[in-house]
Amino acid sequence: MGVDSFVIKQISVFSENKPGRLAAIAKALQEEKINILAFSIAEADGFGVVRALVDKPQRAHEKLGKMGFNVAFTDVIAVQMKDEPGGLYEIAKILGQGGINIEYAYAYSGKGGAVLILRVDNTEAAIAAIQKGGAKLLESSLFQ
Amino acid sequence: MTRAWDPRIEEMPVESLKKLQYTLLKTLVYRLYSFSPFYHRRMEEWGVHPDDIRSLDDIRKLPFMYKKDLRDNYPDKLFLASQEDLVRYHVSSGTTGKPTVVGYTERDLENWTVSLARALVSCGLGRGDVIQVSYGYGLFTGGLGLHYGAERIGATVLPMSVGNTERQIELMQDLGATAIACTPSYLLHIGEVAEKMGVSIRDDTRLRTGILGAEPWSENMRQRIQNWLGIKAYDIYGTSELSGPMFCECSEQKGFHVWGDLAYVEILDPKTQEPLPPGERGEMVITMLQKEALPLVRYRIGDISALDESVCPCGRTHPRVQRITGRVDDMLIIRGINVFPSQIEYALMTIPEVGQHFQIIVDRKGALDDMLVQVEVSPEAFSDKITDLMAIRKKVEHKLRNILNVGVNVELVEPGSLPRFEGKAKRVIDRRKI
Repeated sequence: MGVDSFVIKQISVFSENKPGRLAAIAKALQEEKINILAFSIAEADGFGVVRALVDKPQRAHEKLGKMGFNVAFTDVIAVQMKDEPGGLYEIAKILGQGGINIEYAYAYSGKGGAVLILRVDNTEAAIAAIQKGGAKLLESSLFQ
Repeated sequence: MTRAWDPRIEEMPVESLKKLQYTLLKTLVYRLYSFSPFYHRRMEEWGVHPDDIRSLDDIRKLPFMYKKDLRDNYPDKLFLASQEDLVRYHVSSGTTGKPTVVGYTERDLENWTVSLARALVSCGLGRGDVIQVSYGYGLFTGGLGLHYGAERIGATVLPMSVGNTERQIELMQDLGATAIACTPSYLLHIGEVAEKMGVSIRDDTRLRTGILGAEPWSENMRQRIQNWLGIKAYDIYGTSELSGPMFCECSEQKGFHVWGDLAYVEILDPKTQEPLPPGERGEMVITMLQKEALPLVRYRIGDISALDESVCPCGRTHPRVQRITGRVDDMLIIRGINVFPSQIEYALMTIPEVGQHFQIIVDRKGALDDMLVQVEVSPEAFSDKITDLMAIRKKVEHKLRNILNVGVNVELVEPGSLPRFEGKAKRVIDRRKI
């Protein structure tokens, strides 16, 4: 399996930190019938970045861009975690030992198990380390 | 060195020029005291008599005139010439209030034309040039002013006025225009339309000179215009009260020469009205030394600039006024420091990560003024990483602090969210309750 098939296109949207901005983004995605699979908000002083994994990233990018939002694609990877104590530790340990730095991460836990979404400083090295460490990466085709 | 239109005047020794100015000032003040009820009254209110003017520096004893005086005396109550002696009217657009009317005697028109003849020659134009005048013709002074100035130096005038941009470009090509006089923003528009038509101003026309003014523009904009269109761009200055466009940069491109036999410029501290030393920026105050129909003494024109009195490398001895950097009305005082929105605009133009749109919000926190500048993150610079965005904000804050000498907070906002302005921009929200 090629490295590329594990690289997931996350959309990142610049947003002012004020009421109604998330609603505007979410409404736009609804109108385009785009489903949000995972999502987080990073917040700084006065502004934030909304990060989301969606089923149609290209269409989401176009729609939000047309509305005047600053939108960017960012490469992330998704790792299957055991939904039990120590699940996160197992993955974090692999990355730490591989000398890979996590820039940010968010996670969800659902009926299919727990998933950790990672933005790392070196995506290819992270993929190699996770595979070597015996953890399971989710293919981008599962999302997109 | 460019040959001067009238070297006897333009290269006159500074001392002789000052003597000439003193004589003209003295004559002007006696004339106003004798014939202008308005200015006579104002001199009495200030307790000054024409005999008190014993040197050029004594001009500081004279009362100011304001735009409001022209409006209050609409249309022609300040005129010192009767209607039979007038040969033309111009009327300002009055975007900030009632319009103002300016009248010209034959001699006023002659001085205006001569002023522009000198100006156009000083930036290298003359016989053989084809000058496309794309300022509005009519009540606005730009079109007709440049028209007669350009004819006087023996150039061929293409009187286009504004609008119909595609035709402007066609005729520019067909008739081989070598210079264009218009607003800098209109020239940028012409450049864009030309590109859409498949015409390169640089390669497909003979254009090499732009005489640009009637709106504020920056040094960065000059570089952009020059590099893009392959021309030299010169700043021209004037307002209808002075007659119209009057003064233009010479080939040195370091500020416009104000012809000392026609006008006397002071640069004053806007707060204290005390004169500022050469090079320091302040409020420009103009006295028109030879106007017959509508004389102006110490007219508070409201523009901010600085004066350079050193003899120009071009050989002209008349003082140069630096590019206008703002309006007195726009000046903010933040913690005692004068801040002009144009300085912020200038700073932002050097930071590609943010657009050039901005808004200033001033508030008072406790006893201290607090200035917030909102800028838009450009789509090219947008990064998913918060630290990158914080770095952009830091960079803008740092740059603004260096230029303004006062600390400001910067807020990053979404692109397109700040108000856009056509014409006069209103970029300051002052919430201070003092």
